[in-house]
Amino acid sequence: MINYIIRRIFYAIPILIGVNIITFVLFFVVNTPDDMARMHLGMKHVTPEAVEKWKSDRGYDKPVIWNSNADGAGRMTDTIFFNKSIRLFVFDFGQSDHGRDIGYDISKRMWPSLAITVPSLLLGLLTYISFALMLAFFRATYIDIWGVVICVIMMSISSMFYIIGGQFLISKLLHLVPISGYDLGFEAIKFVALPVLVGLIGSIGSSTRWYRTIFLEEMNKDFVRTARAKGLSEKVVLFRHVLRNGLIPILTGVVVILPMLFIGSLITESFFAIPGLGSYTIDAIQSQDFAIVRSMVYLGAVLYIIGLILTDISYTIADPRIRLE
Amino acid sequence: MPVIFITDALIFLLLVMVTLYTWYSVRHEHMRVPWRQVGERPLAMASAVVLLFYIVIGLLDSMHFHPRLENPEEYGAKYSTEILSVLDVLTEKLRTKPEKTYSAPFATHAFSKEVISLPDGREVRDYPRLLHGGSHLANPEKDFAADVVLKTLSGIIFGVIVWFILSAFILLLLSRNRKQTFNATLQSVIKRQNRIPWHIILFTLGLLTILSTTVAWLVNYYHVLGTDKVGQDVLYQSLKSIRTGLLIGTLTTLIMLPFAIAMGIMAGYFRGWIDDVIQYIYTTLNSIPGVLLIAASILLLDVYMSNHADSFTSVEQRADMRLLFLCMILGIMSWTGLCRLLRGETMKLSEVDYVQSAKAFGVGHFTIMLRHILPNVMHIVMISIVIDFSSLVLAEAVLAYINIGVDPGMSSWGNMINSARLEMAREPIVWWSLGAAFVFMLALVLAANLFADAVRDAFDPRIRTMS
Repeated sequence: MINYIIRRIFYAIPILIGVNIITFVLFFVVNTPDDMARMHLGMKHVTPEAVEKWKSDRGYDKPVIWNSNADGAGRMTDTIFFNKSIRLFVFDFGQSDHGRDIGYDISKRMWPSLAITVPSLLLGLLTYISFALMLAFFRATYIDIWGVVICVIMMSISSMFYIIGGQFLISKLLHLVPISGYDLGFEAIKFVALPVLVGLIGSIGSSTRWYRTIFLEEMNKDFVRTARAKGLSEKVVLFRHVLRNGLIPILTGVVVILPMLFIGSLITESFFAIPGLGSYTIDAIQSQDFAIVRSMVYLGAVLYIIGLILTDISYTIADPRIRLE
Repeated sequence: MPVIFITDALIFLLLVMVTLYTWYSVRHEHMRVPWRQVGERPLAMASAVVLLFYIVIGLLDSMHFHPRLENPEEYGAKYSTEILSVLDVLTEKLRTKPEKTYSAPFATHAFSKEVISLPDGREVRDYPRLLHGGSHLANPEKDFAADVVLKTLSGIIFGVIVWFILSAFILLLLSRNRKQTFNATLQSVIKRQNRIPWHIILFTLGLLTILSTTVAWLVNYYHVLGTDKVGQDVLYQSLKSIRTGLLIGTLTTLIMLPFAIAMGIMAGYFRGWIDDVIQYIYTTLNSIPGVLLIAASILLLDVYMSNHADSFTSVEQRADMRLLFLCMILGIMSWTGLCRLLRGETMKLSEVDYVQSAKAFGVGHFTIMLRHILPNVMHIVMISIVIDFSSLVLAEAVLAYINIGVDPGMSSWGNMINSARLEMAREPIVWWSLGAAFVFMLALVLAANLFADAVRDAFDPRIRTMS
């Protein structure tokens, strides 16, 4: 087990290098720092001096990969690639193009993100599993058929409409909670409630339907038939056998997104003005701050890989039939 | 003079491919069986009619041309620089009757008060009459309701007539095909004796026909779905957005399909280092958060476009390039899922007897993959195409919100939602842009989802054996 985990962590290194190279190529080779500078300073009427100053302020004036002017190790280290990309490996994000410390921003902004994503996940799981179990219990009756139809309709509605509709109905018409914003401490509940609710309703269709299929698949298995043949009541069969076995794929599916909870949801945060990492990223995209976007791409990749490793581990814990070698 | 955008060319290429596929499936029993099963599902067939309706509009909107100028001598050129599509010509009444600004659906008066000078020289602040909406009414307060009811009724009657003609035509073709009399066919449809639910198909067709003729009748006099901030008709925008939605849903798949199939089958068939490399590629691509990769690429496209502004001759061409680029990026991100599925299935298949014996006979690797493996994984490809479609249409709206979707000047449901969102705070509230985008999107995505379900049930051998 330990050996396996160590091997997986080593396997992650080439992937992170790949991600790094892709982002590096996208941001520094396809478009040169000169292009970026001109974009920020305005396309027309920009003097070469202004471009040079913008680049040197942000450390983009160095050679891209190989510095032939420096000597010794400096040939490798005094370059954009080393300063901007290699440093990401030790989570040194550096400064944003607008001069802010990205690492500090991330450490501050991940908490509001978590305040939204963690309750959404927990409440969501509870809701979706109960609904799915109910549909599975009433399988092939009108409740099931109409339940699935409602699920399909709900998953055909764009998430934008849930957000806009939720804000309009609950904040504007009923005045239950503020439309958007964020506060510290217990006051935050007021601001968190609506995004969580909207997120919950937004994915109720697809998740319930998916979990229902999982439960129905379990119900077709031999051990369920045996359980029924033993004379167990439908309730016991459902909760003790179907639910517990169905939870294995559900929970392992959740583990993979656990690390991603830190990043938060881009759209929700930006709509509800939550100062989390999601809105941080959106702001960076809109103000064309390449340094932040680059850092977030890297952070997202790292968290995704952690999620994959955690998934493999959780398989062995949840299902003793699976052994990792 | 016709203009062919790259996306137009691709969509017609896609049409050719679908035709070839249909031709192939009709001739092969193993392809006919699952499709017949799809054809027997009432909901799936109703969805298919709705999808077809959208596709026809999308195709009409994909035929572009420069219109001929009426007085060529004056400008010294034969054709206008403006680019129109066939749909633009058909909806000329919608396109060429702009108002000043917002107006509600069926409104006769403007949305906001203005200073109006009366004939006797006085000036009052009131809601002015619209330029086009309800302009035929002499006294809107009194005549409005009766006029709308009358126009709606005549639209419905016209629709029913059109529907009768269409149905008769379909039934005639059907009876020809079955070598039956027309009456016998009609009887069997009414009594629901067919395996294919023709009554559902004709019913859906009827609903769509009556709806469109009624709307077509009313647009001559009113803005049925209101107008937007710059006074453009919302119905026209919604119709124009259909092409964008369809393109994103289909072109993305078309672009990624060759990669996904080639990589997936190669990884599963050769294994070893080829498998390792392909797995490495898709894990790396997968680990980059999707929205961020799109954002990064679109930012770079913006930089590229502003540096090479000269190489794009028209605004439409620019928007078209951006749409194609967006499809490509979405394709790069979405091929990994299909690739992984194909890899697993190919691994299973390459152990099967017929592949083993083909190997023993010395058949080349390429031939085995093409002739023995590819046809047996096509059901996975088919299912993933139809399932991806609806999520791609939905993704467009989200991307538009972050400003990394299609060009802001291009009509798309995402852009409509995005611009309407800012107007929610107005009093009275401007809801019609949002409502129109909602209805048009819901109809397309719901139909696509229902159709995808039927296709999955028919093609997935696991589900087929279960039921």
